[in-house]
Amino acid sequence: MKLQQLSVFLENRPGRLGAPLEAIAAAGINILTLSLADTAQFGILRLIVREWDKAKAILEQAGWIVNLTEVVAVEVPDRPGGLAGVLDVIEGAELNIEYVYAFSLRRDDKAVLIFRFEHPDQAIQVLLGQGLHVIDGDELMGYVG
Amino acid sequence: MLAQPHQTHRQQDPLIWDREAETRPREALEALQLERLRDLVARVAQVPFYRDHFARQAIGPHSIRSLADLRRLPFTTKDDLRAQHPLGFLAVPRGQVARIHGSSGTTGRPTFVAYTKGDLALWSNLCARFLVAGGLRPEHTAQVAFGYGLFTGGFGLHYGIERVGAAVIPVSAGNTRRQIEIMRDLGSDALICTPSYALTIADGARELGLDPRALPIRYGFFGGEPWTEDMRREIEDQLDIVATNNYGLSEVIGPGVSGECPARAGMHIQEDHFLVECLDPETLEPVPDGEPGELVITTLTREAMPMVRYRTRDIARLDRAPCACGRRTLRMSRVTGRTDDMLIIRGVNVFPSQIEEALLRVEGTTPHYLIEVARPGTLDEVHVKVEIRPELFSDRMDRMQALCERISREIQTVAGIRAHVDLVEPQHIERFVGKAKRVHDRRNLTD
Ligand SMILES: [Zn+2]
Repeated sequence: MKLQQLSVFLENRPGRLGAPLEAIAAAGINILTLSLADTAQFGILRLIVREWDKAKAILEQAGWIVNLTEVVAVEVPDRPGGLAGVLDVIEGAELNIEYVYAFSLRRDDKAVLIFRFEHPDQAIQVLLGQGLHVIDGDELMGYVG
Repeated sequence: MLAQPHQTHRQQDPLIWDREAETRPREALEALQLERLRDLVARVAQVPFYRDHFARQAIGPHSIRSLADLRRLPFTTKDDLRAQHPLGFLAVPRGQVARIHGSSGTTGRPTFVAYTKGDLALWSNLCARFLVAGGLRPEHTAQVAFGYGLFTGGFGLHYGIERVGAAVIPVSAGNTRRQIEIMRDLGSDALICTPSYALTIADGARELGLDPRALPIRYGFFGGEPWTEDMRREIEDQLDIVATNNYGLSEVIGPGVSGECPARAGMHIQEDHFLVECLDPETLEPVPDGEPGELVITTLTREAMPMVRYRTRDIARLDRAPCACGRRTLRMSRVTGRTDDMLIIRGVNVFPSQIEEALLRVEGTTPHYLIEVARPGTLDEVHVKVEIRPELFSDRMDRMQALCERISREIQTVAGIRAHVDLVEPQHIERFVGKAKRVHDRRNLTD
């Protein structure tokens, strides 16, 4: 149920974000979502892509440093307080979140949260136990076509 | 032993601290130097490093028949000092050591310099010479903004000021606002610090809404880092002071090897205590007067840790022409460069090898790196660019920031400077064939 996320180290220079994205796109690999964490000194680009192993190889070939991390995608229930409900579950179970980012699936306009948990397997058990929808790779990629 | 001026002497002649020594005719000076050089050769036979060399070459005091015989003696390098860590160069029993200072080592371990009571008296007197030459008088108050510690700047100047008979305020380095307040409250006449810190004080005064020219200081004694005539004009203009340059290095004693007189046409070398050669660093042959070369210094009278032909790695020029001030000693130009890759950052000597050592401690291996030095305002700023390696890259921002902080902390520990750490992508630091270029110094520090 875990997803493979690629993280790419980026120097803080103008235009640095575009280059890795172009390299992936040129190989015909779809990017499901991305998130950028940055400081004045450097940035970390996080990517969820369809063929992560191929994308990783392409990026590394081109000289980027890429790191592979397991993350968990959770669908935000389409009802008032849906987001707060997900966070309540996580807080209640005292699951450690390293970081989280959100995006919405184009089809259905579904909101999805990507969590980087300290212990993803334990987190998945808790989330499933609370009846939340943890989206696995195949399902998620189904949305991108 | 050491020539100490008498009280009456000083009253008779307020402009030259040690008139006899500083104006000695060349012939008499060279006779004194020769006598002291012979004595030195006898004394350093206590030091295994020299004793072994002398034994191999059959050298003794008898070998020194003229000053030209200096060239028969071996060189001493920083590496030699390091190999004899901590006090292998001691030429007196340990019990006679009165103080120990240190200079930055190339890998983070300081090299120690020991002084006897006699060395300390000599040192104060040498500092007094350039302080008086630069305008300090017994009725003045002098503020020392050099750090007090292993570094020789603070204590060396402190006791020199006391020797002159002036009042000393040992503020130590940093805290610009406090420096300015103390200066104003106590009416400091003289400021002792690095030249760049003098400009920081001027900036600090303006930030406080004060006119830096209205500050009480009238004399500045600057050293510890390279500076230029442009910088001198700027300092003198901004603070309305007379700024003089002085030179020294802890391996031979600290500040006091040479210093400027009112003519400000080079720094008078205290030749009765130091024999200074100016050599081509490649051939080790003397360069013609006026040509740049590496200064090689022999301490004639140091007791605890005398140095024979110490290779300073500092590049300067020598001038034997008579000086308008009446002193007859040889003058040296500003230090215009180094023969090694040592940098001076805010008065602190830094070697690229220290940065390497710090990176090694954090990363377990030395990554590609580049030290960038700039002086955006008045103070030096260091950025260390480090190529990130896959093993150290984390998707977590907190870990990456912690990595930068750890590197920065190690650099502070090993090299004693604060540096900004910039992580860069692999292969983004230019590669050179042969010796890697580790330093990009964008300060323009030569005239
Ligand atoms: Zn002079």
